[in-house]
Amino acid sequence: MRVTVNVNGTEYVREVEPRLLLIHFLRDELGLTGSHWGCDTSNCGTCVVWLDGTPVKSCTVLTPMAHGRQVRTVEGLEQDGKLDPVQDGFMQCHGLQCGFCTPGMMMTARWLLDRNPDPSEQEIREAISGQVCRCTGYENIVRSVRWAAEHAQTEEVSA
Amino acid sequence: MTAVEEHPTPLGFGHMKRKEDPRFIRGRGNYVDDVRLPGMLHGAVLRSPHAHARIVSIDTTAAEAHPKVKAVITGETLAGLNLAWMPTISYDTQAVLATDKVRFQGQEVAFVVAEDRYSARDALELIDVEYEPLPAVVDARHALDAGAPVIRDDKEGTNDNHIFDWESGDAGRTEEVFRNAEVTVAEDILYPRVHPAPLETCGAVADFDKVTGKLTIWCNTQAPHAHRTLYALVAGLPEHKIRVISPDIGGGFGNKVGIYPGYVCAVVGSIVTGKPVKWMEDRSENLMSTSFARDFHMHAEIAATRDGKIQAVRVNVLADHGAFNGTAQPTNYPAGFFGVFTGSYDLEAAYCKVTGVYTNKAPGGVAYACSFRVTEAVYVVERIVDVLAYELGMDPAELRMRNLIQPDQFPYTCQTGWVYDSGNYPATLRLAMDIAGYEELRKEQEAKRAGGDLMGIGVAFFTEAVGAGPRKHMDILGLGMADGAELRVHPTGKAVLRISVQSQGQGHETTFAQIVAEELGISPDDIEVVHGDTDQTPFGLGTYGSRSTPVSGAATAVVARKVRERAKIVASAMLEVAPEDLEWEKGRWFVRGDPDQGKTMTEIAMAAHSNLELPEGIEGQLDATCVYNPPNLTYPCGAYICVVDVDAGTGKVSVRRFIAVDDCGVRINPMIVEGQVHGGLADGIGMALMEVIAFDEDGNCLGGSFMDYLLPTSMECPSWELGETVTPSPHHPIGAKGIGESATVGSPPAVVNAVIDALRPFGIRHADMPLTPAQVWRAAQGQPFRTDLAIQ
Repeated sequence: MRVTVNVNGTEYVREVEPRLLLIHFLRDELGLTGSHWGCDTSNCGTCVVWLDGTPVKSCTVLTPMAHGRQVRTVEGLEQDGKLDPVQDGFMQCHGLQCGFCTPGMMMTARWLLDRNPDPSEQEIREAISGQVCRCTGYENIVRSVRWAAEHAQTEEVSA
Repeated sequence: MTAVEEHPTPLGFGHMKRKEDPRFIRGRGNYVDDVRLPGMLHGAVLRSPHAHARIVSIDTTAAEAHPKVKAVITGETLAGLNLAWMPTISYDTQAVLATDKVRFQGQEVAFVVAEDRYSARDALELIDVEYEPLPAVVDARHALDAGAPVIRDDKEGTNDNHIFDWESGDAGRTEEVFRNAEVTVAEDILYPRVHPAPLETCGAVADFDKVTGKLTIWCNTQAPHAHRTLYALVAGLPEHKIRVISPDIGGGFGNKVGIYPGYVCAVVGSIVTGKPVKWMEDRSENLMSTSFARDFHMHAEIAATRDGKIQAVRVNVLADHGAFNGTAQPTNYPAGFFGVFTGSYDLEAAYCKVTGVYTNKAPGGVAYACSFRVTEAVYVVERIVDVLAYELGMDPAELRMRNLIQPDQFPYTCQTGWVYDSGNYPATLRLAMDIAGYEELRKEQEAKRAGGDLMGIGVAFFTEAVGAGPRKHMDILGLGMADGAELRVHPTGKAVLRISVQSQGQGHETTFAQIVAEELGISPDDIEVVHGDTDQTPFGLGTYGSRSTPVSGAATAVVARKVRERAKIVASAMLEVAPEDLEWEKGRWFVRGDPDQGKTMTEIAMAAHSNLELPEGIEGQLDATCVYNPPNLTYPCGAYICVVDVDAGTGKVSVRRFIAVDDCGVRINPMIVEGQVHGGLADGIGMALMEVIAFDEDGNCLGGSFMDYLLPTSMECPSWELGETVTPSPHHPIGAKGIGESATVGSPPAVVNAVIDALRPFGIRHADMPLTPAQVWRAAQGQPFRTDLAIQ
């Protein structure tokens, strides 16, 4: 079937099987490999992207469900050549090691900060509690999101 | 939480942002599933639903007729190529695709190659396999029973499920100490089967070029060079025609050390179809079929005086190795470095015996940041010491402090012969107790207990043994455990370092650049670290067992010093003085007594490539190579204290605080060290409270998805409280020891000790991991259960 999906501001029209998972559509059809696949059961959250502004686990979304809707992925975090403070925060605070969970974590962090610009440690932990990281023990992810909250207004973030 | 400080790039060791992060935070990492080649096909593996069954027939006709299927490969196909079986890294054999029978649930039976990943999976459904189920060996304790089904009847002369017996220490002397001891205590302690579960599953893309005969394998392996040699030996392909590329890896933790049947199938698939073939396992395949960890059934005994002087430890182990002995161990160490079960204590005697057995479970046996079974060793000794403290009515921290090896005893040869290089154990434990406010915590606990609340304080002290070789004693399938490094300094003073170890997130591109920077005074920003490509890097055994910094880090320091010496000759020619009149300060050689007369590395690098006349016999340029063969392991240590609150009504454990003081010698990048500790502490909470691969009586795996195999999230983890002591390794060029697995090794006993301490009002001194709410509740009733089996 034919689907039209807007991903990071670009409209894509593709013929797909109705069963195609959104994560595979993004990765295999569009070549947007920043979002990852990790578990099949929507437990790990490495596949988190936004669907119409809400984080979803794209391994449990069928591509036709995204028809006519807006998807935002990690590739869409950087705006006009400028990093999102969340991206900078993860670098500043060592919020990643292997980097596999990072795109999903950052998408959730950006969503949280858009709604709660000054989240507490506990609020950050709750926001990312549906996602797994095997490397960081979460501490530096929490710090990274706090860094982003504290540097939301800065003009210059490092490249 | 502490505020984050800004740090400039250091010219050597120190806090530094990672060089690899800019690509990861943009979604521009390159993991194996991101590899896309023109015409690439996709493979999928058909797996056994049975734990033990004879294969009567396999009918692939319908699958082959699928319009998008390009090839269906069975064990019979492979047998024609002499590839139905492959050697494991423990001198055993493992079926690539089963021919005679299946020996664990999830075992590989057939491989489909199709145009896309969905079609490949569809075609699996079209393969008809007729099985004749056999009784399965599920409980390792019955593997050696007379009449137990023989799992490995494929091996000539095999009529039981015995793999090996291994012992260490002095049995007679230990028995004597036990016989005369004032106090002896024994406990059965299980370290259940768990799984490393990196978020990225295992996979490969194989591309065989028929014209050139070159085989390129992109694979998320932790040991690309060892894999290349194994492919050459297994498939009979010439080694110079094999290139293994290990791209960015989404976590390894030991899961990605071995060669899995899927990799071999992808290679065969590419050879058969003439197209690149990608194989990525799914999560269930990862949990059910790839290298598990632990599964050590331990009977531990400890002997002591009544006033708390520990005299001897004795451990008898039954090791469940699954259906094929695929444990990744140095050849001479079938139980890994379990010999350090003597722990951090000054003992009079020690002895252990380990028996390895086959069961109808997935093969493997060493994984999950275990440092070659040091994890099990540390767990058993730290648990039995706590049991002793319970029996003596002593504070567990005080009991440990009394028995720790003292700083002036290093190098310390433990009762099983391991030579601990350095440490200041009492200072490390004292610091952890100070950070925790140990005495106040005990007072709080007393008050809580009086009010009926369950609060526990767990203490663990560990000594690790990491950084294998030396190669004289340690090899894997005959490949000595040494690692190479090559360093090139370009004419403009920028450098490229090529190393044999591979990062799975440890930040080698940063850390190893910092080592060169420390030695040569070239900014880490001007040093490119190349790794994970066998055509681009020197030979070495890879990244596992916390060996990157102890071995390859040493190689890097040594090769940089070689470059420095070459630079000295060039500088002496430039300055027209004798080399022995030159002195080094970071980044430049200068004339002794005349510091203004000097040349920087950048100037020297250009001169080394120029027409400058050099002394006879000096080749010019600055490049150097090194193979580092470590003289000994390094022995990091640490003191961990965990504080938990237990809900008596539900059995739910909440980790309130976790204090970790690590001594890993010199820290190259403290930020990266602390990050690795954080991750390992979360692992420990997972293993202690949540994670287990259990089986039902038919051998069905009960931990085959993340809905069943529970991993710690941000909600189970507290904000970690870290501390450090620094005791450099005396034999390592930069005094570093390795940190990758310390926290994974040290944290499970701290958490378990805390929970058992909380349950003291119930008279409990041990219960096996994972301490799930059900297990804690049952333990409080005096009936802890076997966590590895569904049926009790």
